Amino acid sequence: MASLKDLRNRIASVKATRKITKAMQMVAAAKLRRAQESAVAARPYATRMGVVLANLASAMEGKAGAPKLLAGTGNDQVHLLVVATAERGLCGGFNTSIVKLAREHADRLVRDGKTVKIMTVGKKGADALKRNYGKYVVDAVAFTGAKSVQFDHASGVADKVLAMYEAGEFDVCTLFFSEFKSVIQQKPTALRLIPASFDASKAPELGGAVYDAEPEESVILDELLPRNIAIQIFRGLLENAASEQGARMSAMDNATRNAGDMINRLSIKYNRQRQAQITKELIEIISGAEAL
Amino acid sequence: MALHFELVSPARLLFSGDVVSVQIPGTEGEMTILPGHAPVLSTLKPGVVSIQKDGGTDKIFVRGGFAEVNAQGLTVLAETAIPLADLDAAALAKQLKDAEEDVEDAKTDAARAKAAETLDHLKALQAAL
Repeated sequence: MASLKDLRNRIASVKATRKITKAMQMVAAAKLRRAQESAVAARPYATRMGVVLANLASAMEGKAGAPKLLAGTGNDQVHLLVVATAERGLCGGFNTSIVKLAREHADRLVRDGKTVKIMTVGKKGADALKRNYGKYVVDAVAFTGAKSVQFDHASGVADKVLAMYEAGEFDVCTLFFSEFKSVIQQKPTALRLIPASFDASKAPELGGAVYDAEPEESVILDELLPRNIAIQIFRGLLENAASEQGARMSAMDNATRNAGDMINRLSIKYNRQRQAQITKELIEIISGAEAL
Repeated sequence: MALHFELVSPARLLFSGDVVSVQIPGTEGEMTILPGHAPVLSTLKPGVVSIQKDGGTDKIFVRGGFAEVNAQGLTVLAETAIPLADLDAAALAKQLKDAEEDVEDAKTDAARAKAAETLDHLKALQAAL
């Protein structure tokens, strides 16, 4: 049985842990607000871009000479999976759930006889995939130490993806990230980047008028499609940042509560033992006095 | 009748509101968009977007831009957007010098092309000042 001193030490150490998790929870809450704001601020650009591209894409449909980024290479043999995760752990199931989704996707592709290539963005995803999927990993990007997600980060990743596509190293590209639904809910999502997919119903109603394109539609598409890849990745990274903080906040909230419960349990045990010891000592003294 | 104008960069919505007219640097020439303009899609070259509104003109430098005019108004999407008032001539001159050296030092064609692009961007910025 643990001595009183042992119990006291344990209570002190759990209390210290609780302090840390509490602090982490509060930091995550502050960061979450900022991350959420920038995720929301980035939405207009991505939506506008989607609308314009959907418009142009529907105009190009069926015409020959559509850009490769829109039409694809005509194959779907080689798949590139871009797996975006966090740089740090201690955020509940956030990293694991993204990696799990990517893994299932990769397994399915391999079963179908496709070739899989993986590019990881973020340290945690790279660590998790290294063991069993290391042979598929072609590139690993990490933004260790970056305070917030910048557009440059995303365009750097996009440049790499585009260079690989130009070199014919893959046919289909899918981005994995976690969509921020709410603080307690983050949804791991797979988004196809190449060939691009658009929701044609989002195109604005022109009332019969036709866009005057300057320069030609195909030239504009050539310029916008690569930029759209960067935008989509940027959006993914921002959603990820908000999700990560949300996941960390609820994980740390749980941890703080568990530590509190544990302290209560240990305190009760400590008090009982202390009382038992006092009773024992009293009995010893009384029975000693009676024996005389 | 007013023109609804929105300027959006990847990080945030920079401007949204009703204006009198907007002059944009289209790839094939400058153009001024007035209310009721026919639908147009155009890419932009690095340059200055000047926004005419009641009580003054706002000038904003944009790069990597794209403009769309439809019945709802004008939308400019720009990768970089900096209000001219925030630009610092001295800092710019230094960057320009660095960029020129980069072009000279570039070893591969790809690196040179990239450096030249940055230089173009900076020159456009300086011209705008």
